[in-house]
Formats: sequence, structure tokens, C-alpha cells
Amino acid sequence: MTRTLFTLGLVAWFAQPLVAQVTFERLLNAADEPQNWLTYSGNYDSNRHTALEQITTENVDSLELQWVFQQTQSLQVFQTTPLVVDGIMYLTEAPNTVVALDAARGRVFWRYEYTPSNLSRPCCGRVNRGVAILGDTLFMGTIDAKLIAIDAISGEPIWQTDVADPEAGYALTLSPLIVKDKVIVGIAGGEYGIRGFISAYDVNTGEEAWKFYTIPGPGEPGHETWQDDDWMYGGASAWITGSYDPDTDLVYWGIGNPGPDWNPEQRPGDNLYSDSVVALDPDTGELEWYFQFTPNDPYDYDSVQVPVLIDYPAQDGSMLKLMLFGNRNGFFYILDRATGRFINGEPYIDLNWAEGLDDAGRPIFTPQPPGTTTYPGVQGGTNWYSPSYSPSTRLFYMSTWENNGSNFEAQEAEYEPGRTFLGGRPAPPVPGAVLPNLARGPINTWTESAGTGAVKALDPATGEERWKFPMTDVTTSGILTTATDVLFTGGREGYFHALDAGTGDLLWRTTLGGMIANGPISYSIDGRQYVAAASGTGLFVFALREND
Amino acid sequence: MRRTLQLPTFGISIVTALGLLALATTPLDSQQTHAGEYAQADITYGMQVYGETCVGCHGPDGDAIVGVNFRTGQFRNASSDPDLMDIIENGIPDTAMPPGNYNTSELTALVAYLRTMGDIDSSNVNIGDAARGETLYQGKGDCASCHRVGPEGSRIAPNLSNIGAIRSAGSLAESLVDPTAAMLPLNRTVRAVTQDGTLHIGRRLNEDTYTVQIINEDERLLSLVKDDLREYTILTTSAMPSFAESLTEQERADVLAFLLTLKGMR
Repeated sequence: MTRTLFTLGLVAWFAQPLVAQVTFERLLNAADEPQNWLTYSGNYDSNRHTALEQITTENVDSLELQWVFQQTQSLQVFQTTPLVVDGIMYLTEAPNTVVALDAARGRVFWRYEYTPSNLSRPCCGRVNRGVAILGDTLFMGTIDAKLIAIDAISGEPIWQTDVADPEAGYALTLSPLIVKDKVIVGIAGGEYGIRGFISAYDVNTGEEAWKFYTIPGPGEPGHETWQDDDWMYGGASAWITGSYDPDTDLVYWGIGNPGPDWNPEQRPGDNLYSDSVVALDPDTGELEWYFQFTPNDPYDYDSVQVPVLIDYPAQDGSMLKLMLFGNRNGFFYILDRATGRFINGEPYIDLNWAEGLDDAGRPIFTPQPPGTTTYPGVQGGTNWYSPSYSPSTRLFYMSTWENNGSNFEAQEAEYEPGRTFLGGRPAPPVPGAVLPNLARGPINTWTESAGTGAVKALDPATGEERWKFPMTDVTTSGILTTATDVLFTGGREGYFHALDAGTGDLLWRTTLGGMIANGPISYSIDGRQYVAAASGTGLFVFALREND
Repeated sequence: MRRTLQLPTFGISIVTALGLLALATTPLDSQQTHAGEYAQADITYGMQVYGETCVGCHGPDGDAIVGVNFRTGQFRNASSDPDLMDIIENGIPDTAMPPGNYNTSELTALVAYLRTMGDIDSSNVNIGDAARGETLYQGKGDCASCHRVGPEGSRIAPNLSNIGAIRSAGSLAESLVDPTAAMLPLNRTVRAVTQDGTLHIGRRLNEDTYTVQIINEDERLLSLVKDDLREYTILTTSAMPSFAESLTEQERADVLAFLLTLKGMR
């Protein structure tokens, strides 16, 4: 249901404000204005790469903290990716407060506080990963499954749309994606037996434009991959922002796990389009193609990673339109993004759930005996942490979990609306050992049972690892690369690192105290480059010392 | 739609009780008068809200429930205005008085009306006409050249999308006649001149020891560093004109009625 703000119609007769609006054209060419950060992943290619060149491998050790913004409403870990538009930063505090800041100083212009319904029940934290912008309107999804349009200048709400029923476990935690005149969101709630979907709304009114169910209904292609009523509660959420290619005019979106999570025998079949990436027409929501990474997933290998789009030179000189997908299941995939054709897939970690991929990219399962450990474990080889691709180094960078395994044991689950629908409980490989929680404490005693983290540089041409930067604790950080071959990333330990993107060498680090659980961004104001990373409940912003 | 509310006038003022548990009779020595303590606009708006939400059970004279008479005096469960607001909002357990969903403006108005129900001569009280007020807002009043409602109008002055829920009718009425007296500190205007002579005038959004954030006359968000300013003044007079002369009393009542319909979506 959509409701507009006012029942009294008012006629506009005043000129538009003089501030530069964020047009769709600007979003299409976001990479050409690196002083700003206009979308969740920086641009529609989702490569989290900046063309800014002030911070280099030579001077990065002169970075100095400029300002800190502390979240005031919640102790939830900051997962927001801020947007920066012409000197103004827009970020979200958990659960659903939008803040406009002076991006050079961190001082607040306004706050819009939305109080979600207490019926909301997001599985994994009352978090939000940021807003989208078009014109001078911001768009925020809420954990009670609403989409709200907010005036970017005044912070006043414009319209609000009910996207789904929060009481049944539906939630919005992602940053929306703007394409043309629509704002696109994907639903969260895969642990509650939802029927997942991606949906689009008119940016001016909030009216629903289309809805693509990530589980086909009766009569639709793919419905045969479910049995009986399983499709009605099959999960397949879509809780991370997708990518867009104006040339193919397709939106690409990763789809989450089927439900119940860990009991595949309860939902026989491939369970499309769970654990897939789908390509949708942004005008209609019609499916153009899909590629499923993990059919009939027994391990909660959500494919909610960010699809990274690159044009890569082929040996014959032509440019290949590729999609790079570092999947939670431990394989790094390369797809033809125009057709969905599988090109290559290589494991980026040691794994034993599959012995490899066949010619079509379908995994060759090697189920582990009961009581033994499957690698990767329930948290996967990676997760929603944003990867990066550098056109300079032509390498793909991702945060990984190594030696992270789980002992899976399926259990029958009964669907009840609004209750978790899991089908088992993965156990750590070391009996009784502590596994890392979503909220990390200051003491790490779990590494031997939970595994270690790393940043890896992968060559899209071969899928092979070029270098690895190891961390003791596992990592939840995204990655930013720069045109000067600096790679910024963080980790659960609270360190903020600058690496040499070509070699993986550590160039600089500082400790920010809290776990870093978003992707760093970069922007510039008055010729000064800034790098921002969220840590714990704060956002920390760095720039080179003025005299450097 | 023009709405005029008329209530009977009483010769002796008796404090109205928010019914329910008020005594059927009240000794004269407990009588209190409250005329003058509450803004006329709040009392008037309170009549309207009462007429929309309370009159069905309590009747136009506040005495429709047996054993309850708003005009009889003391409140058994409420001695202060906040007490009254609490009862209006939360109801009274184990009675027929239900909780109510009222915004700040409505609560303020209801209390003002209940406190003065027996005191006032309301025979000619006019709440104004919201539709006509909207026309005045857009036309003769030229309000949208500075204010914004929903997606329309300017952002220079405070956004009015929610004003009917967050400001009392009394303060809104005062704003129309004496804007400076009614201006809240958060709406003050900043006048700043930078070292190079650039003049910035805008509404203050935030301020700290070293910086100030404003929205300027071009509707741009600006963050100014005080060390970069050679002049910095926070104006205590409102930029809003008084409508004491330019609008008639009836027209101001109409604009007020329109403003009270603006309740946003927060």
C-alpha cells in the first residue's frame, strides 16, 4: 500500500532549488565524478574503485584522522555505506535514521529518524546499509519493510510505501538501487520462510512498478524445481544491492539461500532462483537470464554478494562483458553478463563440499559424512562484504574466510509465519568451541575453530590468486581500490589497512577500535581526498596531512 | 468546509473534568477559573478535536455519561495538565475511557478546551475554514515562497508538512500575528560574512564552537567555519512578515485551520 504525505493537493509554482540534482545521467557516469560517491558500490559496475589520485602508495602513511561521526541511536555495528554528493554526506544510523553531514567536517545538517515497528524481526541485526539518491530525494529501506523517500535538503519525508509484512519476517536492510525512474530493492528474511522478491517503485510516488519473485510461482518456468508447497516458504532473499549495465540494460542481483536453510531433503529440487544471480529488465522486472551457483543448497551459501561488472580485453582484441562473482560457496565465478553463460569458476579457498564445477558451472557435490566438517562452513568463504575491481591492476579483490568449517546436521523444520525456519544447526568443527558472533568482542579465542580472514587478489583471466593479505580473525569488511593502486580494507579486529593493490604489501594501518563491517569509500572536497570507513558505531574519515 | 463551533455559555465557571471519574457535584469552593491561561486558538482547536473524538461518548456539554460531568469541577485522576494529557493518551484502565492517538497539537488543544470549557464565551468562536486557508496559503499569504509542504514550496523557512501535529494552535496563531515573538530558537536566521566579503544568510540548522550549518536563500546546505568569518550574527527577529494587517482575522483563522490539517507522516 502506498500513501502520499498529504491529502491536500498543492500546486508547485516555485522554481526548483539551485543545488545540482543527482540525475540518472550522473548516476550512469558516476565514475567520471570521483569527488562524489553516488551509489552503494560507487557506480553501476559496483567495482568500488575511485579515480582519485591524491593518496598514493608513497604518501598513504601520512593519512590523518579528520573527523569522527558517532552513531547515537544504536549500538549496532555500522554497516552503512555513506553517499557523498557535492560536499554533503548522507548516511544511515541503525536502525533507520538518515543523517546529512558536512563531508569535510562531519557536522550535521539534519537527521530524519524513522522508528520501525516493533513487529520487525530482521534475522541478523537491526542494521541498514545506506540510502540511494535521485534528484534531491533519498530513498531508504527499513527493517519493518517500508521504503521511504526523504528530501535530501530538508530531511523531511516525502512518501512511504509498504513493501512487505514485517511480522512474517520480511525486512529491508540494503541500500536501494536507482535505475532510470525506479528505485529497486531486494527483500531480506531468508531465515523466516519468506518468499523472496526484488521489486521496483516509482521514484516520485512510491507506487510499485514491478515485483520479481525469486521463487517462481505455479506455471512459471523454474517452479518445477520445487515440490508441493515448498516454494511458498522457500526463502531466496535478495538483501544486498545489485548492479546495472546500461549497455545490456539489465540489473544484476544476487539471491540468497533457500529455506529451511540446512535441510535440503525437505525441499528437493534445485530450488530456483535461490543461490543464483539473476538478470532483470529494469523497466519490467522480467527475467532475462539466471545462473545458479549452488543448487539445492545444504549449507546456507547465500549468493548475496555484489556482482562486479567489468569489460575485459580478450586475446583477439575485443572487449568481453564480464561479471565477476566471488561466491559464498568458495568459488570465484566469471560469467558473460549479456547471456549468463558460465566462463570460468575456480575455488579461492580450500573447500570440500564440491570437487569442482562441470562445464556449465554446476558444482559436483561431495557431501561430507555426518559428524565431519564441511568447508567452507556456514558463514561461507565470503559474504556480503563488498569486493573491488581495479582497472589499473586488472585484479579482483575480495575478503575471505579461510579454514572456516561447520558440521552440518539437518533437522525437519515446520514453517510458522514469523518464526525462524532453519532446518538444523551447524556446529563448529571443534566440539564446544566458540564461533565468531555477528558482534565481535575485544577478545578472540575462536581462530582455531572459526578460521582466519584474508584479502585476496584474484586474476579474472585465470581465476588464480595473485596475492593474499592474511588476518588472524575473520573479516567482515568491504574493499576500496584507488587509481593509485592503494587498497583500503578493514576487519573484525578493528584495524583499518592500506595495502599495495599490486602486491598486497601493508603500507599503513591504524586501529579504529570496533569491527569494520562496511566498505570504505573515497571522495574529495575542494581538491582534498578523503577516505571514510565505519568501525564499531562510528564513521572515521581520513585525509593526508595538510602540509604533505 | 467552513466550520463554526458554538457552545453554551455558563455564568459560573466550573472546571471541566476529563470526565469519566469526575464527581457529579462539586463544592463551589473548589471551583477554578482558567480563562486567560490558555491561547484562544488552542481552546478553539480543542473544541474541534473534542467535537470529532470525544463528543460521541461525552456529549456536547460533557455530561452525557451518567456520573460524569466535565463541568462539575475537579478531576479525580488528574491534577495537572500533564496528568490530563496522560489520561487522554492512555485512557483509564477498567473503565470505558479508551486510549487515544493524539499528536502534541491536539493534546495541547484538548487540555486547553477542557480546562476552560465552562469559562469561555464561545458563542462566536470560529475555527476557520481549511480549504479557504489553503487558498490563502498559496495566494494572498504567499506562504510557500518561504515554507514547504510535502514536495512543494521553498525550504528557506521551516518545513510545515508536520506543523499541525507539532505546534499548538495557539503558537501558530501567534506566529501569524507576531512571528518574532513566536519564533523558536531553532528557526533563527544567521547572517555571516566571510573574510573575502561573501555574505551568507540562512536558517540555522546546527551550530558548534567552531562551525555553523545553515540552509541559505538558494536552498543550499552550507557549513561555515567561524574562523573564516569576519561577521557572524544570529538574528533574533523573524524574517517572516506579520499578517496582522495583511490578512483579516477571519483569513488568519482560515490559514490556521489549514495549518492544523498538516500532520505529515512521521
